[in-house]
Amino acid sequence: MQGQATQNFYQQESANRRQSILLVVLLTAVLATFGFVIGYALSGSWQGGIVALVIAILISMLLSSLSYFSGDSLVLSVSHAHEVNSTNAPQLLNVVQELSIAANIPMPRVYVIDDPAPNAFATGRDPKHASICVTSGLLQKMDREELQGVIGHEMSHVRNLDTRFLLLVATLVGSIALLADFFLRFTLWGGMAGRRGRDSNNGGGGALVLIMVVVGLILAIVAPIIGALVQMAVSRQREYLADASSVELTRNPYGLERALANIASDREPLAVANRATQHLYIVNPLKKFGSKSAGLMETHPPIVDRINRLRALSGEGPLDAQSSAPLAGLD
Amino acid sequence: MDSPILWIVLIVIAVIVIGGILIYNGLVQRRLRIREAYAQIEVQLKRRWDLIPNLVNAVKGYMGFEQSVLTSVTQARANAVAAGGQGPAQQASAENALTGTLRSLFAVVENYPDLKSNQNVLSLQEQLTTTENQISFARQHYNATVLDYNTGIATFPSVLVAGPLGFHTEQFFDAEPEAQQVPTVDLSNLSAPTAPPTVPPSTPPTNPPAAG
Repeated sequence: MQGQATQNFYQQESANRRQSILLVVLLTAVLATFGFVIGYALSGSWQGGIVALVIAILISMLLSSLSYFSGDSLVLSVSHAHEVNSTNAPQLLNVVQELSIAANIPMPRVYVIDDPAPNAFATGRDPKHASICVTSGLLQKMDREELQGVIGHEMSHVRNLDTRFLLLVATLVGSIALLADFFLRFTLWGGMAGRRGRDSNNGGGGALVLIMVVVGLILAIVAPIIGALVQMAVSRQREYLADASSVELTRNPYGLERALANIASDREPLAVANRATQHLYIVNPLKKFGSKSAGLMETHPPIVDRINRLRALSGEGPLDAQSSAPLAGLD
Repeated sequence: MDSPILWIVLIVIAVIVIGGILIYNGLVQRRLRIREAYAQIEVQLKRRWDLIPNLVNAVKGYMGFEQSVLTSVTQARANAVAAGGQGPAQQASAENALTGTLRSLFAVVENYPDLKSNQNVLSLQEQLTTTENQISFARQHYNATVLDYNTGIATFPSVLVAGPLGFHTEQFFDAEPEAQQVPTVDLSNLSAPTAPPTVPPSTPPTNPPAAG
């Protein structure tokens, strides 16, 4: 019944989860190495390395926890969203209700942004404190099946705890950035002068410290870049995962497939989107129509790839050149 | 006696006992999730039973010539209510029949322009569409819990203790092939942003694993 080119959504979901976890492991390794190197370079001992690492992680966690506990209210007010009820958006609420049953999570709060550009996002730290927001443009331009696909995608972000996952990644990347910043300031502004005296106490440790300093400087420049790239890669993996999980909920890839194509090719810019919130939306709202996506530094995968993966789930081949041309370079 | 053999034996016994407890608790939890999921289905089914008389009343006045359709809906509803509590297989069969009659009803409604634009009917149609979907999703979730449980009692090491402890395979809530057909409905005259009623997604063709 299924051809070789098809997968089922379970396979796609496992692959996506696996890849995102591998990326987090990579990031942790980079952070650990970096922290240790810096600590050693500054203090001349491996204990110093561990201490530096722990401090960086703690500071980063503190900064991240602010966004964790502030909840959805900040994002929603920045986006000028208003909550809806069954009188003014019955079908939307019905669709959200249907998918919460499929996902077996409590019904999230539902908001609408008054904007003709079609888009949607979900926010909240866990299924009990989640909100889903759509634009009025999405409600007008999508049919019920497409709306179901979009809401399924957003619901999956909630169910897969993506807010937490991406926050974890942001914490790790933040720690790397903090360490890099600290180390560069410290070495560039003469922090090394006091090292000479201590080095002699470590016996032959002087050469090693010097090596660590050099390695640390290299990492201080390279590690934040790696961190940012990995962060974007994780974001893209979680988008793929949300697409596959949406199909797990709706058992219908066509709705989401059409929705993505329609949203991506809609020329209206979303007024309330900005760089701080762009990663939350189902399709990147800041993409200028006609410009090619930069690939590695994008929060969202290219639309053509997302659609082709959905087509694999329904047993169809990828889009041919003619169909994919208008969508090429979009995310 | 401190002989290592005694210690080994004690540890092995402890591992077996703790493992057994964990397996038992896990299976109990999964079985309870099945009951909960089934209760959810019944909530949705009941909602549909309650909506149908309203719908039939709303369209009755307009559809004088289509009495047979209305009668079959009402009859199918009565059968479904009666089948409640007779287990997933019976209930699924009756509910699928009811779904079929409702599809026919909405296909027929398309021939009555007055009815198609009637706000009451539109609202009921949306309510029924969402109820159909909710039933379908509740069923889907139920089948997922059944699959999880059946897999649990069939895999090693739980399979060793499942039978003796009274855990047996549960039934899926299957969709019948007719439920997978899509009626073509033309709603181009509608001003409201609703679209052709979504076909409730069919549950995946699941076969109960071989009882083991």
